[in-house]
This record gives sequence, structure tokens and C-alpha cells, in this order.
Amino acid sequence: MKDKVPLRSLKVGQRAEVVSVDAAGEMGRRIRDMGLVPGCQLEVIGRAPLRDPVALRLNGFTLTLRNNEADHILVELI
Amino acid sequence: MEYSLHAALAGNPNSGKSTVFNALTGSRQHVGNYPGITVEKKDGVAKLAGKSIFITDLPGTYSLTAYSQEELVARRTLVEERPDVVINIIDSGALSRNLYLTVQLLEMGAPLALGLNMLDELPAKGISIDVKRLGRLLGCPATGTVARNNKGLNELLMNAQDIAEQRRGKPWEPLKISYGSDLDPVIEQMTALIEQNCFLTGKYPARWTAIKYLEADEEILALGSDENSEVAACLQEMYERVSRHLKTTLDTYPEAVIADYRYGFISSVLRNGVVTQRDELAWRASLSDKIDTVLTNTFLGPLIMGGIIYLIYKLTFLLGEAPLGYLESFFGWLGETVGGILGEGALSSLLVDGVIGGVGAVLGFAPLIMVIFMLIAILEDSGYMARMAYMLDRIFRYFGLHGNTVMPFIISGGIAGGCAVPGVMATRTLRSPKEKLASMLTAPLFACGAKLPVFLLICAVFFPQNADLVMFLITVGAWALALLVARLLRSTVLRGDATPFVMELPPYRMPTLKGVLLHMWERTWAYVRKAGTIILAVTIVIWAGLSYPKLPAEMSASYAEQRTRIEAELAADKSAMEEALAELDNQEAQDTLRHSYAGRMGVGLEPVSQYAGFDWRANLALIGGFAAKEVVVSTLGTAYSLGEVDPEDAGNLQAEIKADPSWNIAVGISFIIFVLIYAPCFPTLAVIKQEASWGWMIFATVFNTGLAFALSVIAYQLLHRILIL
Repeated sequence: MKDKVPLRSLKVGQRAEVVSVDAAGEMGRRIRDMGLVPGCQLEVIGRAPLRDPVALRLNGFTLTLRNNEADHILVELI
Repeated sequence: MEYSLHAALAGNPNSGKSTVFNALTGSRQHVGNYPGITVEKKDGVAKLAGKSIFITDLPGTYSLTAYSQEELVARRTLVEERPDVVINIIDSGALSRNLYLTVQLLEMGAPLALGLNMLDELPAKGISIDVKRLGRLLGCPATGTVARNNKGLNELLMNAQDIAEQRRGKPWEPLKISYGSDLDPVIEQMTALIEQNCFLTGKYPARWTAIKYLEADEEILALGSDENSEVAACLQEMYERVSRHLKTTLDTYPEAVIADYRYGFISSVLRNGVVTQRDELAWRASLSDKIDTVLTNTFLGPLIMGGIIYLIYKLTFLLGEAPLGYLESFFGWLGETVGGILGEGALSSLLVDGVIGGVGAVLGFAPLIMVIFMLIAILEDSGYMARMAYMLDRIFRYFGLHGNTVMPFIISGGIAGGCAVPGVMATRTLRSPKEKLASMLTAPLFACGAKLPVFLLICAVFFPQNADLVMFLITVGAWALALLVARLLRSTVLRGDATPFVMELPPYRMPTLKGVLLHMWERTWAYVRKAGTIILAVTIVIWAGLSYPKLPAEMSASYAEQRTRIEAELAADKSAMEEALAELDNQEAQDTLRHSYAGRMGVGLEPVSQYAGFDWRANLALIGGFAAKEVVVSTLGTAYSLGEVDPEDAGNLQAEIKADPSWNIAVGISFIIFVLIYAPCFPTLAVIKQEASWGWMIFATVFNTGLAFALSVIAYQLLHRILIL
């Protein structure tokens, strides 16, 4: 069993699987609408020049979110 | 016209839905607005085997919640217009996320036809999809398409027509999926209660309403308490009970559980022989990702972005200059011809100086605007605009804005030469009302195409060697100012949360000619339209204000007397006589102008405007500019020549300003600052009113003018009194 870490701590090139999404309201819904739900696999493919937001590769598309939004997502490295 | 079928087109943003819509309907489109809100409504007609199919293009959405206007509109259209069939366009490359919307459409129960688009991009991703099987499992016909090449679209329409015929006249059949042991019993109870009381069942399926209550959907909650407050309270209580239960046992929310189960349902379908993925290609970086390692690179990214913006700036003037010249000479010729035919007189003066001069000044700039909007459309359609938002978000957020504000800013003149009318319209993509307002109020602070002639004139007079540098400083200054003002607004009158930046970076695509031209045309039209309406009216008013009342009879008589005297005295020396007569004419024109209503207004404002260095002529031009900034230069021209010289001939105007002792570098700079900042033009104000309210429209006028005056006074006093320029 690997450790659960916040998505923010991932480095570019690391892959992980979403364990939990702890966000309510609009942010939570936007995150889930884009398919970031438990079980979803992702890879960090880049960061903006100022280190924030972060770009993720999901199942077939690229998603961006800010660091403070990534804080709500716990992942497990794969 | 009779339509055999009414279809609605639904799908995620970037799924190729617009391409499908354009391909199906060609030029048979109508673009309007949904009543009361500012989401675009597009309708069109497609032809299939001699029949006409009416198609409504729903806004692109990822979901059918109540969080954004687009989603609300999509939902309402389905419920209120009850289309015969919904055609759901899906990006096959991101199947599971796209099916999230599909599942919600199926839960509403509309007859559905799936179009699995961009099928040609799958082999590179190592994915293969059993399209027919997917359709069978979801209970709706599925068709593979490549909309860009027009492939599969006819078959898609045929399938849509078939399912519509099969289901015609029958009630909608909502899909039922399981939401797990915690929620299913509650949903059953709620559904029973809803059915018993016929609660909203006229429009919405009972089970759907139950699920919306569990999702705490604002619109349905409001509709529910209007319909039957007792039942609504009962449902609300059931929601709260299960909510508490989920919080204590699983530390989660009903909404989150529902989303998880929907995705669970989707993956069970996809795993059931629909999708096969070659593992070795699963994590292979796509071409877009590889391009992004360069284009959004820490060091190269900002450099390339700067280069692209500079290139657009250069290209705009390179491509726009020649047509600009043609149009200018055309309107010059038109003015002369009309003037020649009509001779001198009030009507001729109205047509030549007022209408042709004023409207010509606006239409003359249309080619430039067209080029810049074409280039912006390419940035947008290629996917690069989203990268700009991504790279700039951190900076924009510091000023209380969103990365997506970059688009309204650039359209408004962030690259000198845009237009705030489509710029303000582009703030529609921002979700948070506070961020949207802040962007809307700061977008008019940029150097739009209408302000450029003013800056070019002042530069030509006072900075003939450094015009490029000054124009660059104006652009940079506008950005700094817009960001600072946004920050000020967001920390005072517009305090509030930031919108999440959970956003798709669409893959880079080669823009299609049709798409670019459509985009360009829509925005250019918004700009050109004001030439025929507001600016036409304003130029007539200004012309009248400058021409009336005429000089009193005794003064005219006195000038006529002096003229006769000069002619008599200097009859021997022809050139001296002409010079003296010209001098006299000029004197009379000046007096006439000062005597006119507009002239008196300009003079009346001098006690205030002198602090910013503006004399009555500058005031006159600035008053005209309240309506549209295009009017500033032409009014200045008229004020200096009043029809004696062609007011469009900037060369003469330059000489006049240079010779006028009331202008100097300090006044020039102060004038540039004022024109850049003060009240948005009437067309922009009209859009602000439409997108926000009367209150914000008035705020924009008063606040911007106040700010402009304060900064102009500071600049003028500093430059004039301290640096003695």
C-alpha cells in the first residue's frame, strides 16, 4: 500500500491515481465534471512558467488546475 | 417553412460540435441571444433527402448542472422546446468524460443519437472503439464521424431521424442507473413522493427531479418551492438526512457519490467490450503535449508568447494598411463628388462633413479590425489562446482576474487595435460574476482601434522620431492600468471568490478557414454596425452643434464689409489680397465655431479642463469622443478647419496643432492619457448595460472619466510645471 499524497506535491512526469476528492460546491463539481474522481489515473505533464497552474494528462485529454485546487485531491503514486 | 424534425445539438466544448453544426447547416444559420441572458443561441437548417431539419446548437457544456448559464440554457431548451431528438457530439479520444454529459442527457429521457467524432485520431492514441456496441449498451444509435472531413454526418442525421420517428408521440424514457446502497432507497422514496403529488412532473421526469434535489441543484430547488412548498420541504429534509448520514459514515456528499456512480456506470459500459486500449500507447505523450513542452516552457513559453503578440501587431498593420488607404481615398472621393454635385449649403455640409466624414472614419478602420480579429480567431481556434490563459493565470489572479481574461483584454486592444465591443462580449466565458464585471469594466481601458488615430496624430506632432516607442509605451501602460484598476475594483466594490481554473487544454488543431472567417465576421460586424447606427447619429448631432447657431447678422455683415475693403485696397497686389482674405476667412470660421453650441460648451469647460491643459477645441473633440473615440480626430479637424480644409487630411491637422500655442508636449501626453482612459464609447456602454446593468454602465462612465481626468491633471501638472515642457 503506497502513501496518499496531495496532488500538489507531484512532480512533472509522475503518475498517480486519484484516491479522494475533498471539495464541495462549485469547485468540487467542476473537478468531478472533468472526470477527476476516485480511480482516475493521471500524469503531471507540466507546470506554467510561474509554477502554477499545473497541467495534467487524463484519459485522453489535458486538464489544468491551480495548486490551491489540487490541494483538495489526494492521490496514490503508480 | 415546415420542418420535418427539430433536433438539438449537444456536446462538450472542443468536441467538434461547432464544426458539425457548420457542416450540417452551411450558411443557413441564425445567431441570436437567449432572451434575458447573454448566451448565444444558434439555429440552423439541415437538408436530408429533400427534408428540412431544424437544428438548435446548444451551448457546449461538460455537464447539466445549474452552475453556469450555458448549462442552464442547454437544460431549459431541452425541457421547454422538447426537441424530437438530441444529437450528442462526442470527442472519441476523451470518451469517458464526454459520456458524463451523455448519461445526464439519457437521465432526462430525450431521444438521443450519438455522434462519435474525431474517429480518425484514435489509431494514434492506440484506442479502438466498437461504436455499434456502445450504442446498443446505451440504448441509442451511435455513428462514427469525422466532422472536419464531412464523414459520417449524413448517416448521423439519418440515425437521428430514425430514432425520432420511433419515439415520436411517446413519453421520454429516462435512463435509470444505480447510485449505490446509500442513495438508491432515498431516490426511490423521493420519486414516489414526487409522482404522488405530480410535483414538477409536467416538465421533468420524477426520478430526475429526485436526483437534482440530492445534487442540491439551485434552479430545481427554487422551482420546487414555488410549485409546492410542502413537498419541497419534505424532499429537502430527506436530502439533509442522507447528507448527514454520508458525512458521518463516508465523509462525502451526495453530489460526489452521484458523480462517482455516473463515472462507475460509464467505465462498466466502456469495459464491456466497447473500448480497447493498446497499453504501450496509453501514456504516450500526444503531439499536443510535445508541442506544449516547448510553447509553455518556463523560459521559452513567455518569450514565444511575446513574439506571437508582436507578430500579430506587425501583421495587422502590414495587412491592414493597404485596404485602409483604399477606403480612405474612396471616402475622400465620395465626399468631393457629393460636395461637387450639391454645391455649398447646409445639406451638402451635413452629408460631406457630417455623414461621409464621420462614418467614413469608422469604416476606414474596418480592414484593420478585420485583420486583427482574423488573427485572434486563429489564436483561439488553434488552441493557443488557452495556453496563454494557462501561462498568465498566476499573474492575472494576483490582480483578482482569471487566466481567461486574457482573451477579452486582447480583443479589446491588448494588442493595439482591437475593439472593446466584442471584447466585453468575450467576458461571457468567465463564470464568476465578480471576475466578469472586473474584466468588463477594465477591458475598455486598452488602446482600441478607434483610439489609435488620436495617438498616431499626437505622436506625429510631438514625437515624430519615436512614434513606435510611444505607441508601445501606451500599450504597456494600458495593460498596467487595466490590471491595477482590476485589483482596485476586486478589493473594493467587487470583492469575491475566484473562479476555479479547472479547464481543458484543447489539443492544438489547424484552424479551419470557415471557422476563422465566421469568428472574424461576427466580431467585425459588431464593430461595423456601430458606424451605421450610433456614429451616424452622433456625427449629425456634432455637425449641427458645430454649425449652429450661425453668427449674428451684424457680425456677418461686418466680415463682408471688411472683405470688400480688402478687395478694394489690395486690388493691385493679387497675392497679398488672397492672403489677407484667407486670414479673414479663418478669423470668421473661428468666430463662427466659438459662437456655435458646441463651441460654447468647449469654452464653458475651459475653467476645469485647463488643469489638464485642454483648450476649448480639445474639449470639443473629447465631448464628441464620449459617443465614439473615432469622432475625436475628425472633430479636432473640423474645429480647426470647419470644412475649409478636408478634415480627414491629418497632415494639415498636424500642422495646425503644431502651430497652435495652446498645444505642447505636456498637453499632448495629457491628451493621450485622457483619451486612453475616459468613458467607454456608446456602443461599449450599450454592451456593458446588456451584459451587466444600467448601474454598472453609469459606473463605467463616471469612474473612467474621473480616473482619466485625475491622471491627466497629474501628468500635465508634473510635466508642465515641474519639468517645464
